Amino acid sequence: MSRPCAVIGIGQTHHAAKRDDVSMPGLVREAAKRALADAGLTWADIDAVVLGKAPDMFEGVVQPELFLAGALGAVGKPMFRVHTAGSVGGSTAVVASHLVSSGVHERVLTVAYEKQSESNAMWALSQRFPFRPPVSAGAGGYFAPIIRAYMRRSQAPDHIGIQVAVKDRLNALDNPYAHLKLPEIDADKVRASPMLWDPVRYLETCPSSDGACAMVLSADTAGCTNPAWVHATGMRTEPMLFAGRDEVNPQAGADCARSVYSDAGITPDQLDCAELYVPFSWYEPMWLENLGLAECGWRAVDRGETRRDGRLPINPSGGVLSSNPIGASGMLRFAEAALQVRGAAGAHQIDGARLALGHAYGGGSQFFSMWIVGSERP
Amino acid sequence: MRPVHVVGFARLDAVLRDTAHDEPEMVQQVTAAALADAGLTRQDVGFTCSGSNDYVMGRAFSFATAIDGLGAWPPIRESHVEMDGAWALYETWVRLQHGDVDVGLAYAFGKSSLGGVAESRLYELDPYFTAPLGPGPDVVAALQARVMLDQGVATERDFAETVAASRRAAARHPQVPDPRGPTDLEALLRQPMAHPPLRAHDGPVRTDSAAAIVLMVGGDGPRISGMAHRIDPHQLGMRDLATCPSATAAARAAGVDLSRLDVAELHASYASEVVLLRRALGLPERVSVNPSGGALAANTPMVSGLVRIGEAAAAIRRGAARHALGHAASGPCLQHNLVCALEAE
Repeated sequence: MSRPCAVIGIGQTHHAAKRDDVSMPGLVREAAKRALADAGLTWADIDAVVLGKAPDMFEGVVQPELFLAGALGAVGKPMFRVHTAGSVGGSTAVVASHLVSSGVHERVLTVAYEKQSESNAMWALSQRFPFRPPVSAGAGGYFAPIIRAYMRRSQAPDHIGIQVAVKDRLNALDNPYAHLKLPEIDADKVRASPMLWDPVRYLETCPSSDGACAMVLSADTAGCTNPAWVHATGMRTEPMLFAGRDEVNPQAGADCARSVYSDAGITPDQLDCAELYVPFSWYEPMWLENLGLAECGWRAVDRGETRRDGRLPINPSGGVLSSNPIGASGMLRFAEAALQVRGAAGAHQIDGARLALGHAYGGGSQFFSMWIVGSERP
Repeated sequence: MRPVHVVGFARLDAVLRDTAHDEPEMVQQVTAAALADAGLTRQDVGFTCSGSNDYVMGRAFSFATAIDGLGAWPPIRESHVEMDGAWALYETWVRLQHGDVDVGLAYAFGKSSLGGVAESRLYELDPYFTAPLGPGPDVVAALQARVMLDQGVATERDFAETVAASRRAAARHPQVPDPRGPTDLEALLRQPMAHPPLRAHDGPVRTDSAAAIVLMVGGDGPRISGMAHRIDPHQLGMRDLATCPSATAAARAAGVDLSRLDVAELHASYASEVVLLRRALGLPERVSVNPSGGALAANTPMVSGLVRIGEAAAAIRRGAARHALGHAASGPCLQHNLVCALEAE
């Protein structure tokens, strides 16, 4: 019943700790204009706009799609706002693709952003609630015990997280839009950096970024020489708290991955690269296992399989560890996967990439969104 | 498009203050009731989408805890919009067009009694230029009402008649608070102004509630003949506030047939907005507007739009209408409007 949908335009901002050269409308418009230019389209060609971002409290603006309608050329058109926690950037792209694949619209602009410098995300993520223990000190405080559980369960050596951090930071040097540029990075520097939430060190965690990402999705690829075809999309959710829940290897993530491989008609070993949502370095080996990309995640990392010259390059863009405008971080994964199969990733291009996975997760490792994009029409 | 039908609807009693249930409990109750109404179980649902707002619950990721009330295990296909549940219904309707999923569940929840709901709407205004001036929802609604009076497209008596009609309807509806105050026009017009030219009764009764709708491809119930939404400019100075182009355009895109329309449920939080929407949608006099009492009689943030669509479907199901529309709005002065056109099978 559904029809094919392709990514025909991609844009992102330069990500930075403070983009105080632009307002929020300026930030989203910067990404959107790049995506439109890439697609060779104008605002008038767009039928609908789908906006995603993480909690409104991150900037202190309630339902910001309302005040951003003008900046995104949405006036007189449908404007939609998605919010699925950290997975939102991915979910937003999925919702936008469904507007095309369902036949409701022909061309959809989708945009995700966060301007973390406008407020204090750490505060928004660390509120105290009645009748609940104050255990959470930001996202790091929530995820550190889960990482520790993975290390214990898999008997992973301590240096794996450090390896991932070094790899992604080096990858970011070839991404002109990346926030963190640390050319001097090495394992010793990561190891010597302060311990924030044991076992997560300062240089093993993501930055706080201002940034936006945008894509143009279309059923019609005329005039586009290198569309990224959407081969499968998936979203899965499970509750945050219940007895026996495996937070290290969540069922929703594994189910979602299986569904997109099945819908795309592939096995995971056919992927040429993947952009995974890795806000803390240890999440690379954890997601490799959860998504069925490696039997033992940390051994795959240790063998260098996830480097750009490895068996399955992970986060050639530098990933969330190098740029983290939270609401946009998921869409950046989806967009970077699309850039790879379009052969448009520039200096961080994986040669001959034809099939790529974009992945995002959110909440207490409970919301998942994924897509598989390919250079061939499905 | 695949034929999508409203096969289940439930709303919790809208109350001024529900201290007995937290949000996950409300979600559990209302989704179970909607599924029971549809004669389906949770296992039949292929896609779920919710609408809520963190500023209502006062915490980031408020929808994440509400998931606990759904029983989302084994994991489910699920999404969330930070908008009224009517837009969650829209996403569900789009999802059902793909052919792999036949049953969808949309729900929304909100509590006005947690406090600060009206105040939080201030922060939906442009944060650089408008919000710092401090105009809350009552003030921007009054601004719009003033433009309508000045342009001669409405009178204070029109507002009073709207309030009276809402109160009469609310008195007949078992799930909204008993209306307090007169339905006599002269008595209404004698009330003092709160935010001129609006009186306190021109604004909504703020309530706690939740609602859920079950959609099914080829099911038994009112069919969605069209659904669309549009947005207007945000800045109040960029609009003619006596018009609502996005509501007009949404109704056209949804394919509303005014000649056959029997009932319209309008998500208007102020009496002036009812009057404006009647004009923007071009509703003939014979159309019954807000037989449920509307969002004036029971206004629950993020829920009231979804309830309008549910009530429009309910009017068809009980035989009071063959064609009905449910409308939802968002933003200051009806900036963002959604229209769902429904017809009897």
